[in-house]
Amino acid sequence: MLNYLSIIIEETYRILFLLVPLLVAVAMIVWLDRRVWAFVQKRRGPNVVGPFGLFQSLADFLKYIFKEIIIPASANKVIFILAPIITMTLALIAWAVIPFGESLVLSNINVGILYLFAVSSLGVYGIIMGGWASNSKYPFLGAIRSAAQMVSYEVSIGVIIINVLLCVGSLNLNDIVLAQKNIWFVIPLFPMFVIFFISALAETNRPPFDLPEAEAELVAGYQTEYSGMMYAMFWLGEYANILLMCAMGSILFLGGWLSPLEMYPFNLIPSALWLIFKILFLFILFALVKATVPRYRYDQLMRLGWKIFLPLSLFWVVLTSSYLLYFNLLPVN
Amino acid sequence: MKLSRILKTILLTDFITGLAIAIKEIFKSKKTINYPFEKGKISPRFRGELALRRYPNGEERCIACKLCEAVCPAQAITIESAQREDGSRKTTRYDIDMMKCIYCGLCEESCPVDAIVQGPNFEFATETREELYYNKEKLLDNGDRWETILAANIKADSPFR
Repeated sequence: MLNYLSIIIEETYRILFLLVPLLVAVAMIVWLDRRVWAFVQKRRGPNVVGPFGLFQSLADFLKYIFKEIIIPASANKVIFILAPIITMTLALIAWAVIPFGESLVLSNINVGILYLFAVSSLGVYGIIMGGWASNSKYPFLGAIRSAAQMVSYEVSIGVIIINVLLCVGSLNLNDIVLAQKNIWFVIPLFPMFVIFFISALAETNRPPFDLPEAEAELVAGYQTEYSGMMYAMFWLGEYANILLMCAMGSILFLGGWLSPLEMYPFNLIPSALWLIFKILFLFILFALVKATVPRYRYDQLMRLGWKIFLPLSLFWVVLTSSYLLYFNLLPVN
Repeated sequence: MKLSRILKTILLTDFITGLAIAIKEIFKSKKTINYPFEKGKISPRFRGELALRRYPNGEERCIACKLCEAVCPAQAITIESAQREDGSRKTTRYDIDMMKCIYCGLCEESCPVDAIVQGPNFEFATETREELYYNKEKLLDNGDRWETILAANIKADSPFR
């Protein structure tokens, strides 16, 4: 009995050790996003609260806490309340398998990438439930769009993951990272990296694929009826998801926690920091894209997903596997 | 579709040029100011909060001619006047409803003695409606507070009047 208790306490510590920095990182990343966006438009962005405005998200968070939560009279209350909780929980639990180092991982499971893929796919449920339970036009249409979009792009992300797995021969995330010791997969699989990046933008409802929240048409999409802390939870979940996608991108293509060169100055920096650098790099790219690109039309979005990305990534699977087979490079015999 | 167009699409050239421009813009100087801490330049003709001015000896300028009350298109000004012991006509009441005021500047334009003027202050938001019913006391107080700027503005604008 005491043995179990000690295990539970230890695990709780480990989870908190991951979760607290993660939530702080999400707050900081919102600030970074707004700041990059402002800088591209030659504005200053949030710079008043704290040094360089770093505590802006905390101020926003306080504001959200003190705001009234309004539940529409015709809404399905249980699902309405459940939706943001599910979105945030799913965005956070996916981080359990992300390796920050050789042994610096919460749970080193053998089907890590599958778990990651499954959890990020479940994220659509929070949005659909929110849109449906609001019982109002705009949230419903936003949720439908969002669901269609996420499902479409998940297909191509899945096929891209197959590409990487063909080269690795394992579903374990640490093995995927270690397989890139000689060369990061971004170099041999560069087109796949580009497609992955664009699909990740669509998957997380980021511009130019932020159709579910296209404010000119759908007010705020599935978030329209939400207020106060519930809105903040959607918002946290969204940014945690974006960070997760950046982490996935850096693990699959940019060598995860590996340093770019196994040499003297690079060796000194701890592995977790390398992963954080890579995530930040991808995130700044996300933010720059948000500031540069105009929004897609809905049919263009669907055409890109199904008629270009899916065939291209499927073709690349054939190419990769035949190449590996022909030169007898398959990782598992 | 031409081959060059296809190549352009596949290589995402437009997107990459756009991104390069975005990165270049990051390092350029900002076009906005830190508003509450630094403020933009305001023209001497700026039509902001209303104020009643005094002569340098402390005597209020207003002679209760009621031209401003007559010209006010929003009918925001209410004036009552009486004769003072020294025989001069002065206002006993000079109210401006700042919520009716449309900041057209006609009162300032019509005033023969430069008594009612619009100052450079535009940050006088209040929490209650009542605080925006300005009376004579408040307007004279505004005039005292902004007098140096008001006088300088009137002087700067006088060649064009």
